[in-house]
Order: sequence, then structure tokens, then C-alpha cells
Amino acid sequence: MTNPENKPRRRFLGRTGAGTALLALAPGVRLVDLVLAKDEDEPASDETRWGLLVDANRCTTGCRACVSACEDEHALAKTGRNRLDPQWIRKVELVDESNDRSLSIPLMCQHCEDPPCVEVCPTGASFKRADGMVLVDKHTCIGCRYCMMACPFNARSFVHEEVTGQKSYSPRGKGTVESCTLCVHRVDNDRTPACVESCAVDGHGALAFGDLNDAESTVSKTARSQPHRELRPDLALNTGVRYRGV
Amino acid sequence: MTQRLAIALLMILSFGASSIADVNLPSYPKGRGEYCVEPTDVMRRDHFEYLMHHRQISVHLGVRSKRHSLVGCVDCHASQADDGTYISVNEPGQFCRSCHVYTAVKIDCFSCHAAVPDAVVKQ
Ligand code: SF4
Ligand code: SF4
Repeated sequence: MTNPENKPRRRFLGRTGAGTALLALAPGVRLVDLVLAKDEDEPASDETRWGLLVDANRCTTGCRACVSACEDEHALAKTGRNRLDPQWIRKVELVDESNDRSLSIPLMCQHCEDPPCVEVCPTGASFKRADGMVLVDKHTCIGCRYCMMACPFNARSFVHEEVTGQKSYSPRGKGTVESCTLCVHRVDNDRTPACVESCAVDGHGALAFGDLNDAESTVSKTARSQPHRELRPDLALNTGVRYRGV
Repeated sequence: MTQRLAIALLMILSFGASSIADVNLPSYPKGRGEYCVEPTDVMRRDHFEYLMHHRQISVHLGVRSKRHSLVGCVDCHASQADDGTYISVNEPGQFCRSCHVYTAVKIDCFSCHAAVPDAVVKQ
């Protein structure tokens, strides 16, 4: 039995049962769809911790597939003024001066286990979901930008101007702060984030997504077999995004 | 003096009458399907309670039920122009706007949320 989306075993098996029961009720519906379908009423669980593993050895200088995929997915339109453009993922080039080795990595919200952005938020708008995703509730964000100051990775953007053409699943608007959501709308529907998908489609496969708490998930297996690290380990944030070859 | 008063009275009366006649009850295109997710009178009175509750459980807890989701409202209530393009529910005369203008309640849902359905992806 395969578990393509690295869902935790417990939930996966649970759904298989529901799927089989439903099959009798709905003849003609393919079993595989039912098995993968997420139970909509199910809240995010703290038994899951979503994470990303970035393989710097596979990421290529100049490639921006993940950045473009993110911009398309969330309709992050350019404002016409560089400094105001939203940046949920940035490509960062690193050069080791001792041997001139250069690296290119995507940098996004690291989904810290102890997020400074949550600690400083005066309204509770910046919050961490049970499954480790760090998000902004834009209904209650007052745009004070404390979180932007607190984030050690410069991962958040402020929306300076009115926004049009939003996607139904990714509301965003003037006066609020935003950052990588790990494509929470996709993950809740058993899909992987847009950046991970596009990196794979482009043949790099530098991004692996999955449940860090599930020993059987690709991301956990890869993490076990290969050395990797979090950025700024000195801050002890226990980030959900990890890097290999950095 | 009496004449002036009479004219003033007449003006007030006619102004009042015409303004009452000018008030248009909200009118908007019919939504898709036979029924809304709750009875119409309940929705009229309490739709914001449902939306508020759903916003809390969906954003913070990750519950993704569709029944009381704003996306669902837009999907059914956005009407289409003759060329098939969707019209924002927040445009004058459209579903949300017409009643909110009538009741003078300003909403800012659509400064962030999409007011038209996403472009349909063929399954
Ligand atoms: S990387 Fe920044 S925005 Fe993301 S959780 Fe950590 S502190 Fe918050
Ligand atoms: S900008 Fe918004 S999310 Fe960030 S700290 Fe202020 S209120 Fe919280």
C-alpha cells in the first residue's frame, strides 16, 4: 500500500475504513478517490508536524520554479515597485569564500516550533496551527508589522496596496502581513505545496514535503538517511524547514 | 407669511413622498440551485454568525467543511454576464452589495476574499 502524500499512518488507515464503507453507498465512485479524500470536518492534529526538506545539492542557481509556482498559486501579483512586492519565497545565493563554492536555496517561512512572530503579535493574528504551520489570521491582523521585525529570516511581507484577483483559497489584502502558508489549502486536501510540485516537475526534486512526526514519510526517511540542519540553529527555534548541503 | 409656510410644507411633503417612492428594495440575480445551505430567513438574519464561526474553525483549527464557507456563498451567488464572465458579488445590484447598500452595512470581506469563483478547472 502506498501513501503518496506522506500522510500519517493513523489517519490514512482511518480513511481507508471510511472509504470502504462509503463505497457501498456510492457505486461507481473510485475507491482511490475516497481513500485519499480528507475528512473535511477533521481539525488539524498535533500528532502531525508538517515540514519541508530542502536539498541544496539539487537546487540550481537561476532556477525560480518554486518562486513562480508560489506566485501563481497565491496570485501574488507584482506591484510595479520591487520593494513592495510580496515575497513568500526568495532565492538566496550563498558563497563559501574559503573555497568559492556557491549554493542556491529557497528561503521561506521556516515554520518555527517556537515562532518569535507569534510571541510578539499583539492580537493573536500570528499563530501556529496544531500541525505546526505558522499562519496569519488576516481578520485580526492590524498591520503593526511587529512579526516582521521579530522574524529572523525576513520571511514575512506587508501588503501595501489594494489587491485584486485573489484566489478563493488564498485571501490577501491591504494592511495585513503575509508569508508562506505551506500551501495549507492544498495540504488540507491531501496535496503537496505548489513549490514542491513545481520543483519536481522541473526535474530537480530539491524539495520534500511531509509529516516530520511520521517515521515512514519521505521527508522523515530522507532526513534520517542524510545529514541536514536548520538555519540559525543558535536561535533554537526548531524550524519545520530543514536544509541539506548547506 | 402663510403663503411661504404653505410652500415650505408642500416642498417637505413632496420631497418626503418622492424619496419614499425612490427607495428600491434590494434586487439581485437568483443564486444557483434550489436551496441555500440554511432556510432563507435564517440566512438573512444570521449569515454573519455562520461566517464568523466558520472563519474561526477553518483558519485556526483547519476544519475545511464547505457548508458555511464564504467561498460557497460566492460560488452560488455570483452571476454571469452575457459573455460568461463572472460579476463580483460586491458590484452594485449584485447579491451581497444590494442588501448591504439597502441596510447601510459596510462590509470589507472582499478587500481580501475573491468575489468571483475561481476559474473553473475541468475535472
Ligand atoms: S520563519 Fe519567521 S515568520 Fe516563519 S515561523 Fe519563524 S519567525 Fe515566524
Ligand atoms: S502585523 Fe499582524 S500578524 Fe504581525 S504582529 Fe502585527 S497584528 Fe500580528
